[in-house]
Amino acid sequence: MKSTINILRKELREMFTRSTILPVIVIAILLVAMGNMLSGAEEQATSAPVIGLVIEDDGILAYVAFDTIFDHSVLVYNGTDVEEGLSAVTEYDGTALLRISSSFTGDILSGSPGMISIYWVMRGAGLMDSISSSAVNAVLWHVDRAISLHLIEMNASVDAGLALAPTIRSDMTIFGDKEMDGVSPGELSVVLSAQSFMVPVVIMMLIMAAGGTVISSMGMEKENKTLETLLTLPVRRSSIVTGKLVAGALIGLVMAAIYMVGFNYYMSAFSGSSAIDLEEFDLVLSPIDYVLVGLSLFITLIAALSMCMVVGTFARNYKSAQTLTMSITFLAMVPMFIVIFKDFSTLPLAGQIVLFAIPFSHPMMAMRALMFDDYGLVLGGIGYVTVFAIVMIGITVWIFRTDRLLVGRIDRKALSRRWDLTSMIRPKG
Amino acid sequence: MDRTTDDADSESLALVVSDLVKDYGESRALKGISFSVKRGEVFGLIGPNGAGKTTALRIVSTILQITSGSVSIFGVDISRRPHDARKMLSYLPEDAGAYRNLTGEEYLRFIARFFAEDNEGVSEIVSKGVEIADLGDRMRDKVDTYSKGMTRRLLVARALMIGPKIAVLDELTSGLDVLNAQEIRKIVKETSRRGTTILLSSHNMLEVELMCDRIALINDGRIVELGTPRELKDRHGADNIEEVFTEVVS
Ligand SMILES: Nc1ncnc2c1ncn2[C@@H]1O[C@H](COP(=O)(O)OP(=O)(O)OP(=O)(O)O)[C@@H](O)[C@H]1O
Ligand SMILES: [Mg+2]
Repeated sequence: MKSTINILRKELREMFTRSTILPVIVIAILLVAMGNMLSGAEEQATSAPVIGLVIEDDGILAYVAFDTIFDHSVLVYNGTDVEEGLSAVTEYDGTALLRISSSFTGDILSGSPGMISIYWVMRGAGLMDSISSSAVNAVLWHVDRAISLHLIEMNASVDAGLALAPTIRSDMTIFGDKEMDGVSPGELSVVLSAQSFMVPVVIMMLIMAAGGTVISSMGMEKENKTLETLLTLPVRRSSIVTGKLVAGALIGLVMAAIYMVGFNYYMSAFSGSSAIDLEEFDLVLSPIDYVLVGLSLFITLIAALSMCMVVGTFARNYKSAQTLTMSITFLAMVPMFIVIFKDFSTLPLAGQIVLFAIPFSHPMMAMRALMFDDYGLVLGGIGYVTVFAIVMIGITVWIFRTDRLLVGRIDRKALSRRWDLTSMIRPKG
Repeated sequence: MDRTTDDADSESLALVVSDLVKDYGESRALKGISFSVKRGEVFGLIGPNGAGKTTALRIVSTILQITSGSVSIFGVDISRRPHDARKMLSYLPEDAGAYRNLTGEEYLRFIARFFAEDNEGVSEIVSKGVEIADLGDRMRDKVDTYSKGMTRRLLVARALMIGPKIAVLDELTSGLDVLNAQEIRKIVKETSRRGTTILLSSHNMLEVELMCDRIALINDGRIVELGTPRELKDRHGADNIEEVFTEVVS
């Protein structure tokens, strides 16, 4: 323990320099700028939406509405059962189910607006999963206009205001098991995209920065010719590995703290535009959820760092360490992009396998998964990453016990000699 | 050999290298070398470039794996109990550096912490190291700013300050000027007198002749000569070790 702390202190001195902190601060500032930019962005794109329709009314205005909807959309369900309609919409990758209530015609003719309920079917919270609600809004606009025209044609005795806006809508967004009454997907995705975008980016940068320091530390031991001396010291190889890992993790946490400040600014840029209260729909994380997110992040950081240690043993000097860091960064960017654009559940199987296998994915997915109570994915991820980390640490310690670090390859004959039975039983330094 | 002499052997021998072979992949750097170093002895390895001196010293220092053969330090088999061996030895690589973000003194303190029980012990070791390095105020500067010779002095100090049972010194005085080299030799001699066994390599034949009780000449992974400087010179009718070297190697 004493030796581990000694190594740890030295590692911190070596790793924690101005050049490791500066990029982080720059990136944190960039986050603030990006938040300001993105909060202005709006959704676009309009084509005929795939929707289902439930009509409970057999009045004339419901018929007008049906006609209009039929003309302006791809109708995958037309019936009277909401459940059935929803499953049809889900099956055909539709956007929403519209429901026209039984009092629709009667309400309008008697002077109050007719209710159209919209059940938005959201399948994921990634950027590419978000539904184009504007297409459905366009359909509703056509419905309004058609009914207005009809009211005027039939000389109905309704007041002008109602004739121009004969319907009102109510939104409900269905995502997984959650039904969020009064929330449109647009409102939801503004809030979620901030999070679905930022969390993966921040984690990717964290892995890049912390992993980079560990790989560089290995490269520098070789470049500065300190490795040989270090290896002859009476300190357990596992202590050397632990010292480097913990130092990397601490630096990662300091960086995370800096990022979080930037992230907070970024989020506050959205607070004005998001009208919905996440709390009301149980979309906030419970303390246990936060513990799980933290655990997922911590274990992944350890896994990432131990993987970097293995990679770092290939570093011959500081320069080649930089190149190797790039490979880890790339590996972290793959899940980052996938998670930004798609939810785990909306990916094809091959994509799911890749995403699950890359350990860095899990903390990127954890927060959103927990928001929608997908505990299986998060717990499974934590389990997988833990095993991954243990294997990586094992490999690292093993490499430190061989002379691979100095010679650049593993002597098989020497290995089989060292791993004979007697030496397996006796613990080695 | 009966038991008593066997015991006496392991008592008086600091280092036993037997039939040591080391392969780097396909190429064999050490082709079966055997020698032993007595307690308190100064033992020198000489030989041309690429002969295998560094390889042998690195194996003794527990950082290279043995392909076949064995090495034991004060009776401890280094491939079975490397951690115990490391407690007794101190290795000065031929081409080493120190952590550049530490000052010379911090570097010595970092090393001392692995060997001392408490803070007092650490301070004691460090002040010994400061004395050996003899860098004055520069001890408080970052290693980054040291010249090659200054770094070498710091590393020699690091290796000797802990008073190891055996010190393995690869090209002890490489990079040092004549005066510095002389002083380092004196310090090594003193350390040896205080009971540390020394195994060193050198390309300076005068240095070897001055310092070593016994010498092994390695050529192409084999020991081709072994004995006291006197014996080697007599055997080859030479005036100095340089002549012996030239005769044996060419
Ligand atoms: N990491 C390595 N991989 C492959 N071969 C190596 C490695 N290190 C050393 N060798 C080879 O082993 C042989 C012995 O090298 P070694 O460094 O032990 O020689 P040396 O006697 O110390 O030479 P010098 O006087 O130049 O320091 C050489 O042929 C060298 O090329
Ligand atoms: Mg050498």
